[in-house]
Amino acid sequence: MAYSQQTARGDYAVQRVAFGCIWVAAIVTIAVLVLIIGVILGRGLPSVSWEFLVGSPQDMGRAGGIFSTIVGTVVVGVLALLIAAPLGVGTAIYLTEYTVESRLTRAVRFGTESLAGVPSIIFGLFGFIFFVTYLGLGWSVLAGSLTLALMVLPTIIRVAEESIRTVPRGYRDVSYSLGATRWQMVTTAVLPSALPGIVTGIILAFGRAVSETAVVIFTAGTALNLPTSLLAPTRTMAVHFYILAVEGISLPNAYATGAVLILTILLINVGANALLHRLTRQRTRR
Amino acid sequence: MRERVIRWVLLLMALGVLVTLGLIAFFIFQSGAGLIVRVGLGDFLGGTVWAPTADPPQFGILPMIIGSIWLTAGALVIGVPLGIAVAVFQVELAPAWLSAILRPTIQLLAGIPSVIYGFIGLTLLAPLVRSTLGGPGLSILTGAIVLGVMILPSVIAVSEDALRAVPASIRDGAYALGATHWQMISGVLLPTARSGIVAGVILGMGRALGETMAVIMMVGNALTLPLSPLESATTLTSNIALELAYASGAHREALFATGVVLFCMIMLLNAVATMLVRQRAFSRRTTS
Amino acid sequence: MSPFVELLAEHYQAEHPGVAIDVQGLGSSAGIRAALDGVSELGMSSRPLTAEEADQLTQMVMARDALAIIVHPTNPVTGLTTEQVRALFAGSITSWAELGGPARPVVLVSREAGSGTHSAFEELVMQGTQITSSALRQGSNGAIRQIVADNPDAIGYISLGVVDDTVRPVAIDGVTPTIAEVQSGSYRIMRPFLIVWHRDHELSPPATAFLEYIHSPAGQAELIRSGLVPGEAAP
Repeated sequence: MAYSQQTARGDYAVQRVAFGCIWVAAIVTIAVLVLIIGVILGRGLPSVSWEFLVGSPQDMGRAGGIFSTIVGTVVVGVLALLIAAPLGVGTAIYLTEYTVESRLTRAVRFGTESLAGVPSIIFGLFGFIFFVTYLGLGWSVLAGSLTLALMVLPTIIRVAEESIRTVPRGYRDVSYSLGATRWQMVTTAVLPSALPGIVTGIILAFGRAVSETAVVIFTAGTALNLPTSLLAPTRTMAVHFYILAVEGISLPNAYATGAVLILTILLINVGANALLHRLTRQRTRR
Repeated sequence: MRERVIRWVLLLMALGVLVTLGLIAFFIFQSGAGLIVRVGLGDFLGGTVWAPTADPPQFGILPMIIGSIWLTAGALVIGVPLGIAVAVFQVELAPAWLSAILRPTIQLLAGIPSVIYGFIGLTLLAPLVRSTLGGPGLSILTGAIVLGVMILPSVIAVSEDALRAVPASIRDGAYALGATHWQMISGVLLPTARSGIVAGVILGMGRALGETMAVIMMVGNALTLPLSPLESATTLTSNIALELAYASGAHREALFATGVVLFCMIMLLNAVATMLVRQRAFSRRTTS
Repeated sequence: MSPFVELLAEHYQAEHPGVAIDVQGLGSSAGIRAALDGVSELGMSSRPLTAEEADQLTQMVMARDALAIIVHPTNPVTGLTTEQVRALFAGSITSWAELGGPARPVVLVSREAGSGTHSAFEELVMQGTQITSSALRQGSNGAIRQIVADNPDAIGYISLGVVDDTVRPVAIDGVTPTIAEVQSGSYRIMRPFLIVWHRDHELSPPATAFLEYIHSPAGQAELIRSGLVPGEAAP
């Protein structure tokens, strides 16, 4: 057989092996997700009932439901985003619309990327040192929200900047030609178009806030009571799941809390994507 | 006039990021640096005994540093080949329908809380490791496997970007020289995208180093200098989270000091990754 | 000890607004000193008093913190001496075969430094010997119990009040850890939580009321719920 044919056959054999491995990698990735979601939902959903969702934890979580932790999660997460979203979008607007590339913008971008890389335990430590101790907030909803807000800020800045950059130049020019000030141009021409991306980013940031544990444990505490004020401690679902799981208080309740957590994340992800599709389609249709 | 005010407000918001970073660095350093100075940097980083409540207390974090390195290395061994393979799959091999399934899959994997990963490791993987391979089960191996899966989304995202950025001309050139699809990928595509992929790896490294909750649940937290992946170990992150609740005085300072070390390590890694990404963008702009 | 007193103080102050109880946890020696000098009306101590201290102070046992050494229910070892437990946790005994069990490696589970349970174990069992660095560490009694319940080779220590039927406590020096044996004093891996005050000091009404609360069924129930063994009756 000709030499070139032999080598070609060898080459294709190598390719088959390589591609086989790559296909396996892809299948494994999907399988892992299915495994994780399947195990948690499979063992947890049977214990999730309406009573579980609206009932309060009893006996340190051995019985009862997870209502106070749901409230804690929602309050801390929503507050964190109420703080981070304006700050993040404002920063993005400044970087894109109000300045040119300069040392300042490079510094801010460096700051954003650095902040994005800070591990959650460091945020937890910082929140504990600064908000809980130095500012005297104690373990509280406020301390937790403030720390979480700082943690998700880079995500919001990144997503907002991307969305704003995709708005066509023409929109801005038309706005100016109609006599708008810069701020009017931003609020009437740029932001509405960039909104789908920004909102999606905020929803995904909320997902991150919901999943966070290391930060919340050291800033918002682990108290099981319904938080009565911003300065009261609270326990989020992720923290509750962690405590139930690690201390063997109640395995069924741990799985059930985990199932609620996963469902929340699924909802957030699916919801964000669906929202993005719907809003983008509306925009392009117009 | 209003415009001027708005501009200032937005500027202040933008500076907020830098202020936050500065505050974090300041407070963490202020709370921990004193102890590092008192103990001595060499004794702190190189000391093999961590006995903060003994009399006299000893603050050596070498076991934690080695544990973190072991765990991160293991996570990379698992996550990087898998991640690059999936990235190649997405860019070169995936039929559209499978790519459409894989994309949200990866996004979801990124969104799963770390405590759930830790729980799966604790209840499913650790007993499996213990019964098939021995050891306590709660070990570096268990942690590395789960952590490898946790860093997949980061590695895949950056590698995919890097692969897609390779110009068609380079691919076509390979084909023109008679390369098979795989030869084009292995001989031309991957090497060209190398710096981007390395950036993704370093990003994954940073994530693995910084992971806390999942690690605490899975690696057993023994204070040894581990000699095998079947042994239990402690990482810098898990030690901080484990002992912070009851620590006081010098013990607490030592935990903050551990935070200082961790902060420096990760900031360094991220700076390197950012530089690599920028370098790649710069060289692309100048060559193509 | 102070977390437990803080817990009681919190409950007491909730029911008796207007009474302020300030709890400072600075260590047993500091607590005894404060009571001797009159700096504080009541002092807390989690170690027994020395002879001279006992001369000048009145003491009251608030509760007892007993440690149970637990193993997996299938572990054939049912009794150990204190020296054997010390050797196990120091790393000198590494196989269950050395204690009459199967030829399996011993998996030690310990608490983290700084925890009260850890310091009690060091004080009462290790007595100066270092716990080996290969011991696993977990952050709570419940976590240790869960690991021992899942691993036939594991051994750990937890508060007696946290023991349930997923694990088996071993007898120490021939004494099984039960509340009765702890209160009678025969189970020795325990430390008393003492409230002390100066012998010549007349307790103020709020102090007396608080001490009564500590010994009331409600107060003791709180402590039992936290994993402690009940103290003696009120003086």
